[in-house]
This record gives sequence, C-alpha cells and structure tokens, in this order.
Amino acid sequence: MKVLSITAFLLATASHALAEPSVEVMHFWTSGGEAAALSAVRDKVVAGGVAWADAPVAGGGGDAAKTALQARIASGNPPAAMLMLGQNIIDWANEGLLGNVDAIAAAEGWDAALPQAVQDFTKVDGHYVSAPTNVHRTDMIWASKAAFDKIGAAYPTTWDELNALAPRFLEAGIIPLAHGGQAWQEAYMFEAVALGVGGADFYRRALIELDDATLRGPEMVAVFTQMAQLRGMVDANFPGRDWNLASAMVINGEAAMQIMGDWAKGEFTNAGKVPGDDYACIPVPKAQGDGFVYLVNSLSFFTQTDPDLITGQQVLASAIMDPAVQVAFNQAKGAIPARTDIDLSAMDACAQATSAALASNDAGGTAVPTFAGTHAANAAVVGAATDAITAFFNSDMTAEDAAASLADAIAAAR
Amino acid sequence: MAASAADFRTRLQDWLPKLVLAPSFAVTLLFVYGFILFTVVLSFTGSKMLPRFDWVGFANYEKLFALPAWHTAIVNIAIFATLYIVICTVVGLMLAIFLDQKIRGEGVLRPIYLYPMALSFIVTGTAWKWFLDPGIGLERIMHQWGWESFSFTWIKDGEMALYTIVIAAVWQTSGFVMAMFLAGLRGIDNEILKAAQIDGASNWQLYRRIVIPLLRPAFLSAFVILSHLAIKSYDLVIALTGGGPGRATEMPATFMYSYTFTRNQMGIGASSAVIMLMTIAAIMVPYLYAELREKKA
Repeated sequence: MKVLSITAFLLATASHALAEPSVEVMHFWTSGGEAAALSAVRDKVVAGGVAWADAPVAGGGGDAAKTALQARIASGNPPAAMLMLGQNIIDWANEGLLGNVDAIAAAEGWDAALPQAVQDFTKVDGHYVSAPTNVHRTDMIWASKAAFDKIGAAYPTTWDELNALAPRFLEAGIIPLAHGGQAWQEAYMFEAVALGVGGADFYRRALIELDDATLRGPEMVAVFTQMAQLRGMVDANFPGRDWNLASAMVINGEAAMQIMGDWAKGEFTNAGKVPGDDYACIPVPKAQGDGFVYLVNSLSFFTQTDPDLITGQQVLASAIMDPAVQVAFNQAKGAIPARTDIDLSAMDACAQATSAALASNDAGGTAVPTFAGTHAANAAVVGAATDAITAFFNSDMTAEDAAASLADAIAAAR
Repeated sequence: MAASAADFRTRLQDWLPKLVLAPSFAVTLLFVYGFILFTVVLSFTGSKMLPRFDWVGFANYEKLFALPAWHTAIVNIAIFATLYIVICTVVGLMLAIFLDQKIRGEGVLRPIYLYPMALSFIVTGTAWKWFLDPGIGLERIMHQWGWESFSFTWIKDGEMALYTIVIAAVWQTSGFVMAMFLAGLRGIDNEILKAAQIDGASNWQLYRRIVIPLLRPAFLSAFVILSHLAIKSYDLVIALTGGGPGRATEMPATFMYSYTFTRNQMGIGASSAVIMLMTIAAIMVPYLYAELREKKA
C-alpha cells in the first residue's frame, strides 16, 4: 500500500503535457523476443509522426505492471495504452476508464478481419477498447523429435496413446514430460487437459459459467484423473522450475514433451531448432471433438482528453492492425496474428497450422478463452482455482477430492 | 540589542531540533501511520481492483479466515518465526561468546560472520535456491564426489520446504545478531566478572548467572528486529521457493501481496495486512512495555 502510493505520487509529479502527438505505451514485454516484437509496432507508429513513450514494467508476468497501472490510475494519470489480459480489460472498461478507437476500427474493417474469439476480448459493449497484437494457443505439446525417434513412436493424438508412451520413455532413460512446477504453469496444463478430456462444451460450463455441478461432476473427475497420469510423467526435480528450463529439457532431448502455450516456440527458435526437423508442435489430444484454447494480447486505450494523445492512440491502433506489422510482430514473438485474413506464407509451419486451427475452431464454436490467463474468469476465481490445482499436482490427492476442492475454491471466490 | 540576539539564539536553539525533525515526522505520520489507517479502512470495504469505500463490515475477515490458503500461511509463519528467532538468537549468542574469548584473528572472523547481512534477501534466496536444488547444487556435488546415496531434497518437498527458508534466513541474520550480542558483551564491566571469579564461580555459572542476564537489552533488540523480519518475510520466500511446491510455503506477506495486487481482492488483502499488524503488535507491545517500564523504575 505504501509503495503504491509513493509511486503514484512520484508519477503524478513527473508527468507533464507533450506538445506533439504522442502515445505512451505501458507494457511488460521486456524479454528479447517480446521487445523485438514491440519494436515492429513502434517503428510503424514513429513513421506515422507520433512520438513513442515506452513505459516497460518488468517482472511477474505482468503483475508488476498491473500494480504500477493501479498507481497511475489512482493518481489520475492513466497511460495512453496498456498491455492487459482478458477479464482485466473488461473490468477496466466497466470502471469507465477505457476510451475507444471505433472510428479507426470501422474505417479499417476490424469486424471482418478479427475472429469472434478475439473480438470477445477487445470489443466491450460494442466498442473497440483495445487493439489485438497477437493470439497465443495454450493447449500445445512441444515434442522432441530425437526422443520420439529413439523409442520409434509416433506423436500422440489421443490420451491413451500419450499415457502409453510414458513407460517406454522411462525405459529409454528419457523423462516423458518436462514440467515447471509453478502454480501458473499447472493452471495452464489444467486448462489444456480440461478441454482435451472434457471438450469445449464442458470447458464452457465448468470454467466460464462456473457451474457448480459441472465442477464437481464426473467429467471434472476424469480431467483430474488425466492430470494424475501427467503427474506421474514428470521428474522428481520439477517443483519451482521455470518454464523455459523445462523447454530446454525438451530441446536437449533430456525430456520428450512439454505442455505449454506457444510462447515456448521462442525458446526452440532461439536454440536454432526447426519445427518438423528437430521438434514438433502438436495440439494437446482432444477426446470430445476439436478445440482450441486462446489467449489474446492487446493494448487497451485509456480515455484521454488531450487531442494530441487521442491522435497518438489512433495511429497506434492502426499500426497494430497493419497486416505487415502483425506478421513481423508475431515472427518475433512466436505467436500468431490476431487477424485471420492475412497472408502467413512468411511464417513457420507451426504458426501457419495454429492460425488455420484458430480459424476453423472459431467457425466451429470450439475455440475457448484461456482460464489460466484470466480470459474465462476473473483474477479472483482463477487465483483460487490455481491454488486447488497446484495443491493437487503437488500431492497425492485423489481426483474426486481435487474436483471437490476446486469447486469449493471457486464458490468461495465468486 | 545584545539581549535580543541572545534571546533569538535561545529561541532558535529551542526551535531548531523541532524544525529539523518536522519533515521526517510529517512524512512518517503520513506514510506509515496514515497508510496503516488507510489499510484498516480498506479492510472494511468491498474494494476489488481499486480502493472503494462501500462499507461491508467484517465480511472480508470472515472470508479471510474461511480460506485454506490463509490457514496455511498462518501455520507457516508460526513455525518459521519460532524457529528463526530461536535459532538465530542461540547461534548469534554462541558465536558472540566464542568470539569474545580474546582469540586471535577476531578482526577477520567478525566481518566474515557479518557479511551475509549485507546481501539482500533476494540474493540470499536465489543463491540458496541453487545450492539446495538437487539437480544442480549440494546433492549433485556430493554425487559427483562419490557419495551416491546422499540425498537432500527438502526444497522440492512440500513438507520440508519451509525449513529451507529457515536455513537461509538464519544464515543471513545470525551474524548480525552476533554483532549485537558482541557489543553487549563488550559493555559488561570486567570488575563484576573478576569479582565473581574470585568468589569461585565457574565459567558456566559466570555466563548463566551474570553475563546472559546482563545481556537483556541485547536480547530485546534481537527479538524486536528478528520478529519484524520474520513477519515481513516476502522477498526471501519469493526468491527461494516462490511459495511452492504447490502453496506449501505461503506466508502472510505473500498472501497479502497476491490478494491485494494480482487477484483483485484488495479488501481481503487489506484485512490480512491488518491481522499481520495486530499479531505483531500483540507480541511486541506487552514485551516492550514490560522491558521499558522496568528500565524506568
């Protein structure tokens, strides 16, 4: 509390009016690939005659940036644009603090360019409050080709195949599943399994509508039963490991698979690995029809009164949605463009396959928003559910008890 | 003329200390006590993402004590604080007594024990995380040296991870406690000790009956410093275990941060902060009261 207020005080005294069109972008994209991605947007904005004020807040997967944002809001000095996730955008819009870029969106035909899945988290009450830079798919398996070649197995397409692989990998001295035992990683694994085992309908009832009977029901028990299988595939040293170290285990061939969002691709690319030749990116098996868990990254626009700042916001929005910028941004970030109407031939095979899957799942109604990334539910619910999920994964709790404790945790947090 | 100049100097001397202290007093009043009050107010409101002032009574406290994570945090801090304070005091006192035996090289040894205190808890936490990690640290070294059966996996074990935090925290602070006790030991009048020795007191009796009772002010300082370090233990936990495995090493401070700032439940976060403050006050106020009153008498 103290720190927050001091920060607010300092930021308030430091701010001053700028005389030319400008846009201040607050974000937490500070790693190499992320910074390179954002510079694609920045170059376009600067070329449009708008000064770019970079306000990065590193750390905590955006938690630190969120705290800084709260301080800025409390001091009455919101940034022009802020990188935010999922329900947070809707919460801030409901607080009445977000402006919109409807004029640009209408002129550039955003409605036709963006899949419904993306519109759900950028358009609130019919207004574009946010401009999407990219979509991540979170239900992905990253598999080491060397490891699969060693035991002569094909990549799994069903849960039974995946479960049957584990003893064979262990026999060959390979860890079947590389996993980083941090609560948030277990939450992403959980949502991938929930969609894979239960299907899109179940996912919606359980994790979006938060229906208590579904959360306690037999389908959820089946989800946790599969989670218990995965729990048996990790090495003893998993607790506390960072996700990129788990990716490194797959890259080195020490482990066979990792379940992680497609931001993991950056690790493979940086290690000089090529999809198809060195590793495979495959969706998590789906038992009940197709499915796709998406996470939308977007920059949200806080209401401004200075016309120079409003111009800056509009130029930024237009730059983000520029097809060339979308491709360049996502080549650097390892995600896929938010637009599904642009040429992706410059991107790698993984990105092309993921983009095609987004378009088909969006049309088929089987694309669901990420739970762990606070799109499906708000931060309070996700936090409580994450506690229950991580408690299960780090103990020998039964699947029945896990479903009950998940339902209790969610009921308490609503 | 001379009289009024002298008068002015007297008045200045009278006012200057107050004038100099005023800014820091005002800042402390606002940023410490003001925000304590603000937090107490928030804990009775339904604040979610931003501070809001809709009165909800004790609802946040009821929710707080229904949360399993809060119970874990309370049990953890009780175990951690007890072990940390007791072990640090014992180790610090022993080191101080040993160093006080007029040994050679004290000037070299003293800073060696004191240096860990110069590190931040983040550095301590990260270093111990690597050292205790079975895959890269102590266990691996032992295996490489040929002791294949050696096993030390506390940091990966939900039951034992809490004790790794105790180890790291004791390593960090016991040297500082030693310095406080050493200062206390140096302040003891040698005449008293000599008199006791002439009366035939053994070394053990000397320490038990005379030295340790005379160190009482040092014990008070050590207790006050250690207990507030224990209850605000946040950075060490985050760096060493991140609250894990699972949520096994959740502490009130980590709980408060995550509920206030990442889970948009500022009301519950504020109420947990108030409980932390009240807990520490409940321990410290009677202790300080008893100690300070005795001194006056």
